[in-house]
Amino acid sequence: MSAVVLAELAYWQVSILRVLGLLAAVLLPSGTIVYLFLFKMMSFMQSRLGPMEAGPYGSMQLLAEVGKFLQKEDLFPDGADRKVFAWAPIVVVASTFIMYTVVPFGPDAWFANIPTGIYFALAVSSVSVIGILMAGWASANKYSLMGGLRSAGQLIAYELPLVLAVLGVVIQAGTMDMQGIVAAQRNGEIFGIGFIGNPYIITQFVGFAVFMIAMQAELTQPPFDMPVAESELVAGYLTEYSGFRFLLFFIGEYATAGAFSAIAAVLFLGGWSLPGIGFDADIMNVLGPIVMLTKMMLIVFLVMWFRFTYPRLREDQLQIFAWKYLIPISLVNIAVTAVLKVAF
Amino acid sequence: MANLGPLNPSQVSSGTVSDFLRSYLTVGIFLGVAVTIVSALLGVSALLRPNKPSPQKSIVYESGVDPVGTGWSQSQVRYYIFALLFVMFDVEAVFIFPWAVRLEAYGVFGLVEMGIFIFVLFLGLVYAWRKGVLRWV
Repeated sequence: MSAVVLAELAYWQVSILRVLGLLAAVLLPSGTIVYLFLFKMMSFMQSRLGPMEAGPYGSMQLLAEVGKFLQKEDLFPDGADRKVFAWAPIVVVASTFIMYTVVPFGPDAWFANIPTGIYFALAVSSVSVIGILMAGWASANKYSLMGGLRSAGQLIAYELPLVLAVLGVVIQAGTMDMQGIVAAQRNGEIFGIGFIGNPYIITQFVGFAVFMIAMQAELTQPPFDMPVAESELVAGYLTEYSGFRFLLFFIGEYATAGAFSAIAAVLFLGGWSLPGIGFDADIMNVLGPIVMLTKMMLIVFLVMWFRFTYPRLREDQLQIFAWKYLIPISLVNIAVTAVLKVAF
Repeated sequence: MANLGPLNPSQVSSGTVSDFLRSYLTVGIFLGVAVTIVSALLGVSALLRPNKPSPQKSIVYESGVDPVGTGWSQSQVRYYIFALLFVMFDVEAVFIFPWAVRLEAYGVFGLVEMGIFIFVLFLGLVYAWRKGVLRWV
């Protein structure tokens, strides 16, 4: 699908193509993440096989799960705020879908060309906090309320290191446009060596580390899973949810993991571009998504590796870690990046 | 006053205003798609799932015993100071982003200006720290 072909299509045709692309971009990575990492990698790390019955090596397990959850009764607890309770999972899923709009997958394979792309993605990602607070509040359950409040406290505390880590990349690239950041990394060079460009994981390594930690907390993956800590709060804001609405939260969580990893891949690993093949080459519209998917899975592998390895933090340790360590570190990172940017 | 230089056209826009608005229309379309798909799946689920309500089922879960009082009980909001700090830092971030994009053009002038800005911001965090509000009591 080259630029020429795209230009000939009417707007509604392009929109349909984009919607299909969006569905592929949301569902494929999140399905892969759940099957490959959550089912299989976790099992292997715990010396067991994981699902083996549904399909070869349990690969149809996901479909079986969706089929199962579709048939579960949809319960509303006594005294729940029914409208808010029903809408909360939809808000979470919708915020994830919109996060993908700014992620580029190739020179012409993008959804929306928003000049303030990364800023938009960060803003939209925090909408899911509202969904989680809605779920916690509307359930009329003490565990849910506690979980929702904890979740809000955690997500706002780690929002800041996330934003400040991204600032380092924005300073270096000189643009907030996602395609612009990909181009800046491709055209950059490290000490005059420009063979692989300049993926910002090298020059922004501190930013990358802060971003990964903050991302883990934003996704509420262990070791930062206090909002749904089962030994303390049953299941936090998910306690009263059943059936397909529960599954929607689950889908939202792993689709958001995919979205965040796509953003991390664009910001720090060079996005869809491949060294040696022209930046605007038509073939990159096919290769680009594959490259992006590879990098996304690499990022998710790191997240899951941490998840399966570390024990859960305590709630006060969590807050202290964000405010007393990550935020000062990322502020210093911004200052150093700015000085070096002006000096060189 | 340092010369801020002309705005780089490639950073200002990528096409006409219409293209700009259309990219936000795409966002609207995607929002519609998300809500439609989720509603459709919930509709399919409504056709397939059983519906046998009973008073026992809809009692909220409280570790297996009957719930005490209402679910919306008073609880200590431990982090309202964190929330205030968050608003402060988040508003600062809004100011830092445009500066970060234009740093190349601002040069040393912008660096010093923003250095003072970030220093004041940092001072706020240190003040909160010294006051002992960064504790989850």
